[in-house]
Amino acid sequence: MKTDELIDMLGTNLEPVKGGELRNTVTIALALGAVAAFCLVLAMFGLPAATLAGEFPALKVLALAFTLGVVAAGASLLIRSTRPGKPGGKLLVLLGLLFVALLSAALVTLIVSHPAAWGGMVFGPQWTACLVCIPLLAVAPFASLVWAVRRGAPTNLKRTGAIAGLVAGAVGAAVFAFHYSGGSIPFIALWYGGPILLCAVVGAIFGPLLLRW
Amino acid sequence: MLAGLDGDAAAHKTLLTRLSAHLRAYFKTRLGRIGMGAAEAEDLVQETLIALHTRRHTYDRSQPLTPWVYAIARYRLVDYLRRSRASMTDLPIEEAKEVLADDDPSSVESGLDLARLMARLSPKARQAIQFVKLDGLSVREAAVRSGMSQSAVKVSVHRGLRALSLLARKGSRP
Repeated sequence: MKTDELIDMLGTNLEPVKGGELRNTVTIALALGAVAAFCLVLAMFGLPAATLAGEFPALKVLALAFTLGVVAAGASLLIRSTRPGKPGGKLLVLLGLLFVALLSAALVTLIVSHPAAWGGMVFGPQWTACLVCIPLLAVAPFASLVWAVRRGAPTNLKRTGAIAGLVAGAVGAAVFAFHYSGGSIPFIALWYGGPILLCAVVGAIFGPLLLRW
Repeated sequence: MLAGLDGDAAAHKTLLTRLSAHLRAYFKTRLGRIGMGAAEAEDLVQETLIALHTRRHTYDRSQPLTPWVYAIARYRLVDYLRRSRASMTDLPIEEAKEVLADDDPSSVESGLDLARLMARLSPKARQAIQFVKLDGLSVREAAVRSGMSQSAVKVSVHRGLRALSLLARKGSRP
């Protein structure tokens, strides 16, 4: 086939496009994934009675603020990375700052408290639950985000996969925070931040397989 | 580009024609370095044009066009080289010279055979592409003739084009 013929064919009966389609698709996928993860939490642990009653202890607020911040910054970075030729440097810095801020808060808390209490703070009750449940809850959002990203044109598959994993992990963590948010800031830094990063690594591994077009 | 996004077919064709010249030069230089010829470059030009067309919604209107086009072109090039590496390695050296020497720049056709590729599409997509993209019927006429709704025709065309580019990549040399 000659290239001119191809161009002729592509140009015939051209449909107009607006350009906002990607943003909408990613947003819808994010919402669907979050709802699925939330339903899974309800199925596993039942209704979070305290949260429903309007009880928001400071740590729960911190965990939610951190995870939702990562979701917001990560999602707009994800949209950028599905558009070819668009760098997203500032958002990456913002994401890094979120993690650094949480980590420094955790270190300060450890420094001001007695070393004897460290073990209890870091390995609070249910740290294994965090480690298992957050990646598990991230599966549905990851699948929906991959579906959305495949409608775009990611050119760096490893990086895009990592961002999708990061956002999915943060959604899982945010949903899990409704059920249980831990007993200290170091606990949140380690057992919320850690699984989120783990999801990003898994996303980077699967990115080139799942996102190729 | 913007006129094309708004649905101006003539502007879209002009844009694709101009870009194809840039892309041809780009791919010929890159492929020439590793001993591939004009036909391979033409395959890639066509693959990239299809990608630019079917993914044109990923272009951000506020951004310059060139980085977007070259990011897609580069992605297609890397993907092509990855696909071709396996088949290049098992080419005997004596034959390699002959195979790689067929560099005839006049009237290069790509290895894509549209009729053959079309035959492998689903009947719905094939009919939609035939009516709308090859025969030049309007979406409404195509909908009446095929008995599908107008939006079903649009979806079939879109899916069909993507399937075509996928089939073309699988079947293309080397």
